[in-house]
Amino acid sequence: MLTLSNISKTFNPGTVNEKTAISGLSLHLDPGDFVTIIGANGAGKSTLFNAIAGSFYPDTGSIALDGKDITFMPEFKRAKDIGRLFQDPMRGSAPGMTIEENLALAAGGGGWLSHVSKAETNKFRDKLALLDMGLENRMRQPVGLLSGGQRQALTLLMATMVPPKLLLLDEHTAALDPGTAEKVLALTESIVREGNLTCMMITHNMSSALALGNRTLMMDSGRIILDLKGGERNGLTVDDLLRMFKENVGKALDNDRMLLS
Amino acid sequence: MSLSAIWSLVQTALELGVICSLTVLALFLSYSMLNVCDLSTDGCFTLGAAVGAVVAIAGHPWLSIPAAMGAGVLSGFITAVLQTRMGIDSLLAGIIVNTGLYSINIAVMGKSSLLNMNKTVTVFTKLKDALADTPLAKYYELIIALAAAALVILFLALFLRTRLGLAIRATGNNPDMVRSSSINPVFTTTVGLCVANAFTGLSGCLLAQSQKSVNIDIGSGMVTIALASLLIGQTFMGRGSIAKRAVGMVLGSVIFRLVYTIALRLNMPAFMLKLVSSVIVVLAIAGPYLKTQIPMLRKRLAAGKEAK
Repeated sequence: MLTLSNISKTFNPGTVNEKTAISGLSLHLDPGDFVTIIGANGAGKSTLFNAIAGSFYPDTGSIALDGKDITFMPEFKRAKDIGRLFQDPMRGSAPGMTIEENLALAAGGGGWLSHVSKAETNKFRDKLALLDMGLENRMRQPVGLLSGGQRQALTLLMATMVPPKLLLLDEHTAALDPGTAEKVLALTESIVREGNLTCMMITHNMSSALALGNRTLMMDSGRIILDLKGGERNGLTVDDLLRMFKENVGKALDNDRMLLS
Repeated sequence: MSLSAIWSLVQTALELGVICSLTVLALFLSYSMLNVCDLSTDGCFTLGAAVGAVVAIAGHPWLSIPAAMGAGVLSGFITAVLQTRMGIDSLLAGIIVNTGLYSINIAVMGKSSLLNMNKTVTVFTKLKDALADTPLAKYYELIIALAAAALVILFLALFLRTRLGLAIRATGNNPDMVRSSSINPVFTTTVGLCVANAFTGLSGCLLAQSQKSVNIDIGSGMVTIALASLLIGQTFMGRGSIAKRAVGMVLGSVIFRLVYTIALRLNMPAFMLKLVSSVIVVLAIAGPYLKTQIPMLRKRLAAGKEAK
């Protein structure tokens, strides 16, 4: 489904602030893969997502999605096939517009001058009901009135309204309180499973990195240092992961947030 | 002062208010929806007035309307290209276009800074002739102004609910989200500014034809006056449907002109108009901000007293 070949990206080349965020990274995802990604701060996890989503173009290498080369495709065009959620729940929806209007924009379809039809509104209401947050009765309210958790759940719905070929989740539950985070994570799992979506999820929670999905990547210094799938991934514990990190990198994992959770 | 004299003053304020409300509706689209403060408004208003006047003087009163709107679209397009494709800050792009338009407007008016339309057939004289000897004869200017405002409001109410309209509103609200809906914000900004400036051009065209003259300064200060009207309208009808908020824009514009008329009657000199509009904009924008600062200031003062 997704193939990255030898991707590199260096920020501020030739200056004192030069930083190689990704170096020679290659990766292949099969359709239906649900990959969790862990790594210390600055390991290049978000940079990897930015490269896939097209926030910038890589210095070297190529990116192919579903057999099509998208290396130099503008971000807004890729968005047709790639859904994305950020840590900040405010980033995915327009606060001044109603829930219905946000969903209508995300659903796309129809001509530029078409209005939202009754059938679409009903479809939105059914989808909102699945979130079990009572949003189906608040469709005419501005999104700015929703809580962070509600907005993130709505963004998840918007990103998967038209099933994307690839769903990128960048610590999308990290800014939510634990209860809400759990709920949004459960929603994510069921939406991904039901739509059989190909999905990549960055998380700082090592146990959910192992519990969710079918493959786990560990990143450090812009490279993938561990790629766990199938039999070798089953039965792994967080302690195993920490030990493996130390063996591969030569130093302990220094991400407080990760260790505390 | 007799009742009829008062009514005639009110009627003039209404006419002026409704004609200028088209510019307020343009800012409603660019300022409130797209979140772009379009400073080319003054020049574009004059451009619409000049183009409309030249076309009417050439003997095409009806054609003057689409011509003025078309000129507005062109002006909006250039402002949009400067800020979306050339990396020029949106405020600066507006100022640059505004400055350039000054020369263009004089060129359009045939190297003159004043055009007279005393004997020209305009959309206003057309309706005046048509309504002669009917009870509505006195209201031909108001009828045209109200019809134009109603059409623009109707257009906005329908347009802003379309997929393109939603995308334009989202562009001013959260451009990230527009991109992730696979819509190019450059495109939505361009369309929004083109449509908004068409209304500004129309507004200028109608004002010139109702006054039977254009001079090069007809649009000067218009962006501040329109912004003041917009902010007044927002305080009365800032919430609810797009149609209701758009009607609020017209209301704001009319209230602004009525207050101005009253101030003139109280012997305020006419040249104060622009200062009044500036003060209204400052009060409307700074007011809510200063209100949030007052509790902080109080705390600091209280803390200062205790320290002594």
